[in-house]
Amino acid sequence: MTTTALPAPPRERRRGHRSHRSHYPLWFYLPAGAVYGVLFIVPTVASFYFAFTRWNMSGTEFIGLENFALFFSEPYLFQGLVNTFVYGLLTSGLKVVLGMLLAVFLTSQIIARGYLRSVVFFPTLVSTVGVGITFTVLLDPGDGLVNQALAAVGIAGPGWLTDPDLALISVAFVDVWKGVGLATLIYIAGVVAIPQEYFEAAEVDGASGFQRLRHITLPLLRPATATVIVLSLIGGLRSFDLIWAMTQGGPGFTSDVVASVIFKQYQAGFWGLSSAGNVVLFLLVAALMVPLYWKLNRKEVER
Amino acid sequence: MTRRRTAGVVSGTVAIVLSAVVFLVPFAFIVLTASKNRAESALREFSLPTEWAVWENLVAVVQARDYMLMAAFVNSTILTVASVTIMVVLAAMVGYVMQRRPSRLTPWLNALVLAGLIIPPAVVPTIWVLQGLGLFRTLHGLVLIEVAYGLSFCVLLFRAFVATIPRELDEAAVIDGAGPVRLFFRVVFPLLRSVVWTAVIVQSVAVFNDFQNPLYFLPGDSNATVQLTLYNFRSQYTTQWNLLFMDILLITIPPLIMYAFFNRQIVAGLTTGAIKG
Amino acid sequence: MLTTPLRRAAAGAAALAAGLATLTGCSTGGGDEGTLNILIDNSEATGQLMQALADAYTEAHPDVEIELELRPGGSEGDNIVKTRLQTGDMPDLFFYNSGSLLQALAPDQTLVDLAGESYMDAVTDTFKDGVRAGDALYGVPVGHAVGGGVLYDLAAYEELGLEVPTTWDAFMANNRAILDAGNAAPVIQTYGTESAWTSQLFILADNYNVLAAEPDWAEAYTANEAHFADTPAAAAGFEHLQEVAEAGYLNEDFASLTYAEGLAALAAGEGVHYPMLTTALTEIEATDPEALDGVGFFALPGTDPANAGLTTWLPGGLYLPQSNEDPGPAQDFLAFVASTEGCDAQTAGASVIGPYFIDGCTVPEDVPPAVAQLQTYFDAGLTAPALEFLSPVKGPALEQITVEVGSGIRSAADAAALYDEDVKKQAQQLGLEGW
Repeated sequence: MTTTALPAPPRERRRGHRSHRSHYPLWFYLPAGAVYGVLFIVPTVASFYFAFTRWNMSGTEFIGLENFALFFSEPYLFQGLVNTFVYGLLTSGLKVVLGMLLAVFLTSQIIARGYLRSVVFFPTLVSTVGVGITFTVLLDPGDGLVNQALAAVGIAGPGWLTDPDLALISVAFVDVWKGVGLATLIYIAGVVAIPQEYFEAAEVDGASGFQRLRHITLPLLRPATATVIVLSLIGGLRSFDLIWAMTQGGPGFTSDVVASVIFKQYQAGFWGLSSAGNVVLFLLVAALMVPLYWKLNRKEVER
Repeated sequence: MTRRRTAGVVSGTVAIVLSAVVFLVPFAFIVLTASKNRAESALREFSLPTEWAVWENLVAVVQARDYMLMAAFVNSTILTVASVTIMVVLAAMVGYVMQRRPSRLTPWLNALVLAGLIIPPAVVPTIWVLQGLGLFRTLHGLVLIEVAYGLSFCVLLFRAFVATIPRELDEAAVIDGAGPVRLFFRVVFPLLRSVVWTAVIVQSVAVFNDFQNPLYFLPGDSNATVQLTLYNFRSQYTTQWNLLFMDILLITIPPLIMYAFFNRQIVAGLTTGAIKG
Repeated sequence: MLTTPLRRAAAGAAALAAGLATLTGCSTGGGDEGTLNILIDNSEATGQLMQALADAYTEAHPDVEIELELRPGGSEGDNIVKTRLQTGDMPDLFFYNSGSLLQALAPDQTLVDLAGESYMDAVTDTFKDGVRAGDALYGVPVGHAVGGGVLYDLAAYEELGLEVPTTWDAFMANNRAILDAGNAAPVIQTYGTESAWTSQLFILADNYNVLAAEPDWAEAYTANEAHFADTPAAAAGFEHLQEVAEAGYLNEDFASLTYAEGLAALAAGEGVHYPMLTTALTEIEATDPEALDGVGFFALPGTDPANAGLTTWLPGGLYLPQSNEDPGPAQDFLAFVASTEGCDAQTAGASVIGPYFIDGCTVPEDVPPAVAQLQTYFDAGLTAPALEFLSPVKGPALEQITVEVGSGIRSAADAAALYDEDVKKQAQQLGLEGW
């Protein structure tokens, strides 16, 4: 585990709060920690060791930093890095904004609310493979529904998934389509948790709908926002399953992200090399997420 | 009041039309493809089937490989119910204490939680651990794996939402003589209801739709889970698109029903207005 | 680095898990008595062949039950095979590629050497070369010889009065004639979903021609002495792909078409040439049996019309993992597969798309035209194995690189150099000498 990037522990006096704290026993950590420690942490630490070995079917051989050197010399690493950030920021940004708007909308007094909620969440239920295949067909440059619809109004649609400049962006939008239901759900849980009294009081004071949104809903959605940002950004930075289902990083290498580069190494049987890649990706994502996470949590405490 | 009603009808109608285009068209494609014969489905066009083969496809999918889909439904259901129950309870306990009891330990725990979200699991070492524990190729082994991989997400969620429950409530309960276990399970946990259901829905979908972990940690046809049945109709060279999409349709129905059901529970959180500071 | 409570927790979990373990018992590999479990890939071709073999065998041995366990194909499947071998969790037998993919399994440490078994005498030397490591032999062939070349539309050739080309220039001239006729695309390429692998044929199927120019190519390449970029005959494959793409011979929708759609386009006459392996014939038969009679096959042409030969692929084989503690029944099944009875069972239950690799096995008289054309290369002795059967070195990124060349993103020269880098990475990861 890396410790360098971690924020300093909050300064608090242990002693003074002693009696207070016994209501929150540490053994509550035990059951979860046992499962997590044995089945996740132990194998992960082991695999970090293997990052320093040549590891294939014949066994392992310690080779120091060679895997890291090889990983950084991957011809597509730089483009993969750029793609990773584009994909992560684009998907998480859209999920946050759309998720919040949808949640506010879907908790307001509208008709067919249950239906709409189900419809928005439906894509989350479909397997990635199904979503990937479906959209590959809908986005087909020639006879895909999207381009046929565009052609009907006189626009020549691009090769959404075959144009090297567009492929990654297209997949990102499909990712948002599939994932926005989850963000919406977390936001709905957040909106629902806001005490009704606030709204009632605001209504008595004559606040408009927009004012209620601006001054009550949005600030009180902060924990939900923090959760959605953290989850969708991490998801966007390290996920590649939809990219894999739709373009397999192609055409060529143009929609590769770091995670798919690592996955290809892993599938090629370069287990040591891909472990090294995972260490690098972990450090990278952690370097971004830890400060962000810290910041989001601090705001929450200040509130 | 009437103005708001009208606005609700108008915006609702607009939303229905919009959602039909954005969300139902892809769904329609799945249904249409699932209704075609093999040759026609291979063209992968958005069109009505010339002959409807819904029943034939349904029978073919259900009977494929000795009714593998049925066994898979049973396996996936057990796996999902067991792992999500354990995961949610354990994670709620962790998230609760983490939020309520900040200490020197907290940044470490945060790091561990984040690590769980960031680091992809290492397959081979995990199999070694499972083999060492005698849990490899067993359903309870896979349950624990899913618990381990889902914990981080749930802890994050609970930690954030425990913050919305006023501490005064805990103190009131303590004054009433509640011990830590009672305080958590009788007072705090019920207040987390809408988040609990959120976590349940999200993780159920994730576990039910998982295919990487069953593929590696519970191999064998008799142990198949629903996502693995997709491979019956899809290979590197040939795909029976009609059967594949029928399968996708069939395995999407249980989570959809579950969602429709649990969605009410989240809304219920609204009406009971559990959180009164 | 675990904090104290966590460490305690981990210990507790281990104890708990150990308790569970004693309840459930440990079950790895193997199976019930009288049941033979075999792991195979989920392709139609393998399924047909293995089912035919299993049915015939269990008919003669009613006390044995054979269960075929399916795994995905492609690199995902490679990974599953490696993982299960590495963790000692392989069933009684498994089906897998021969050649470089087999070599990557470290067969000397994971598989049982079959060289001493008497049934191996019936296996031809050609196949043995594909499953050999040192003196050891590891596999028994299932299926037929495969050729890599060009599947073509017989009707279009007849209509335009074209002849099967024996040189690259003649092939390009045919393409020009087809383009001028304007009815169909001269060359089908399919870079759509999960079909990028089809783009490699221009390079992989050119190995006969490379070897014709450079007889020592395979050894020099394995020893890191010759490379694609600095061997003109080897770089020619990349150049050919660039030529057909630049000349506008490709089907318009090459970027999004899939393999299955490519075969359908060939059958429908929308494209005339499709560089492909003859395993595609099984797929055509499964989806559109009547189309099979309209499809012909020729080897990828080179420079010398007198030496127009075919690059061949060996079929996959059945392998016996060392983790099998009771190999008797598996050995008996392998003996059956390596016999003429085994071939007859395959002929009866699956499409016959080429000659067998078992002595004494014959192929029926009335085969589809493409199979008959494939056979002529074997009869004339004009065949050479693909590079992956002569060398363990094969880069994993070739398909992405060839897609780039076919799409005009990268030049042929660039591509050959980049592929050499990819190859180097693989050789280093395998720990081969001289890299």
